[in-house]
Amino acid sequence: MKELVIMSGKGGTGKTSISAALAYLAPEKVLADCDVDAANLHLMVGARQRESHGFVAGFEPEVNVTECVKCGRCTALCRFKAIDNGAITSPFACEGCGVCAFNCPAHAISMRDKSAGRWLVSDTRFGTMVHAELGLAVENSGKLVSRVRLETKKLAEKQKVPLIITDGPPGIGCPAIATVTGADLVLAVVEPSLSAMHDLERLRNLCGHFKVPIAVCINKATLSPANTGALKESLAANDVPVVGEIAYDSVFRTAVQTSRTVMEIDNIKVQEKILELWYNLSALLGVTHNESVVHKLDRKLKSFAGWV
Amino acid sequence: MIVSIASGKGGTGKTTVALLLAAARPGATVVDCDVEEPNCHLFLQPGRGEERQVTVMRPSLNTELCDGCGRCAEVCLFNALAITGKKVLLFDELCHGCGGCILACPPKAVSEAAKPIGVVRAGAATRNSAGTKLIDGLLDVGSPTASPLIKAMKETLAAQGDIIVDCPPGTACSMVAAVADSDFCLLVTEPTPFGLHDLGLAAGVIKLLGIPAGVVINKSDGGAWDDAVADWCAQEGIPILGRIPHSEAFAHEYAEGRISPEYLADARAIWGKLGREGDCR
Repeated sequence: MKELVIMSGKGGTGKTSISAALAYLAPEKVLADCDVDAANLHLMVGARQRESHGFVAGFEPEVNVTECVKCGRCTALCRFKAIDNGAITSPFACEGCGVCAFNCPAHAISMRDKSAGRWLVSDTRFGTMVHAELGLAVENSGKLVSRVRLETKKLAEKQKVPLIITDGPPGIGCPAIATVTGADLVLAVVEPSLSAMHDLERLRNLCGHFKVPIAVCINKATLSPANTGALKESLAANDVPVVGEIAYDSVFRTAVQTSRTVMEIDNIKVQEKILELWYNLSALLGVTHNESVVHKLDRKLKSFAGWV
Repeated sequence: MIVSIASGKGGTGKTTVALLLAAARPGATVVDCDVEEPNCHLFLQPGRGEERQVTVMRPSLNTELCDGCGRCAEVCLFNALAITGKKVLLFDELCHGCGGCILACPPKAVSEAAKPIGVVRAGAATRNSAGTKLIDGLLDVGSPTASPLIKAMKETLAAQGDIIVDCPPGTACSMVAAVADSDFCLLVTEPTPFGLHDLGLAAGVIKLLGIPAGVVINKSDGGAWDDAVADWCAQEGIPILGRIPHSEAFAHEYAEGRISPEYLADARAIWGKLGREGDCR
């Protein structure tokens, strides 16, 4: 089984739109949305929630006020300025380290499990999807990402599908690290803007750091032909394959606004490009699909060929 | 006044709005808290200024004093310390620097050492809004700890004049660290189901933190989703302080690192409303 992770560094380049389009094209797969802070894929693939599981991660202090002697030791030891004389003054600053609890002379503080969101399994137009909702303003997004990936793998094994398509988070911090490690291929969706090109460089370094191969799809390529040229040159110099190139097209906006994938809206130019992207990716990944399913896909793809 | 610009989702136009606000208010300081992927410097091209390395404290073990009792691993709720046989293993990337292991170690074998996580830079802009001061941070690749870097950046700020904080996307700890202590939060959204969904999440965090907020609709096209965002804002009692029209020409310019002065009047209008709405919740 292979895991394709769609990343971008910068937000807004089209990760979710491309993920959804690939979900439409790939015949057998399980979907995952690892953007646990601000998940959006479910809005595009018509997710109907089937399971919801609480996600517990980390700890939070609980103070027994009758036992607290207001000695101030917790205040003095807390490096995050979250507690003052037995009162949690700043719950968002608390990291759940337990220093207050372990060092309270009156044993008035205990640490209890902290609820940090939930992970979900949904049915979509394109098969099963695992996604999550991180609790507001909590940390542990990396752990929730790992949970989503673990549950997706279990499901993919159970369904005996050859491919996982994962919509990733922006950035290069803990959720991005948790998404990328151990993946078979990262598809970076990049737009030819200075911001996105800068962020791609950071993402490329991150993938290098964790030894995950990376391929690039240039989205909105006509936004700046000069930048697109420079981007291609620098990718070629670094041996990063460009597996897709899509012109700036308002069909992406229409797709998002109407909760459909771009493959479901008549626009041959974009669809051909995404089909090409899918062929390139499946070749790079070396995924083999069940033959009867592939025949069904073949018919689907032939309908594209008719438009050419 | 400290104004933070947040959105939940990436790509909605946080940086655009931050740069427009800076251009409309000479003398303001922009603080780019998206330390994973800072972008403001690409537009402002700050001249060489100060650069400071930011470190976090991480445990350091004196193996001669350590008797392998395992108390440090027991109190570490982040699993950053483990005991194999009588040997202590440190997992730096899991450590939050709480100091619990130091307090717990009976033979006092644990101390601390500074570990670099990134840099904070400061300089004056030379392009798009010349003279604007830019403070930004750059997280080391492979380092998961954005929040301490963001906090360090904000500590370098002497609170003078207007400060515009460009926040990272999302609703987790780094976004909270960026918006904390601001006088007002501008939530940038785009009129799509994605934009509205993530606006709801970001607004939830801002409400939890008790920071007054207003909305700017970017890429506004006057369509049905513009109305949906407006309806939602009315329902939540969050004022809409501005709309920036959807424009392909703007996207072209932005891609090449230029901020069109065409929208300066809109940015000035937002500043005007910030003054008035500063105390609304």
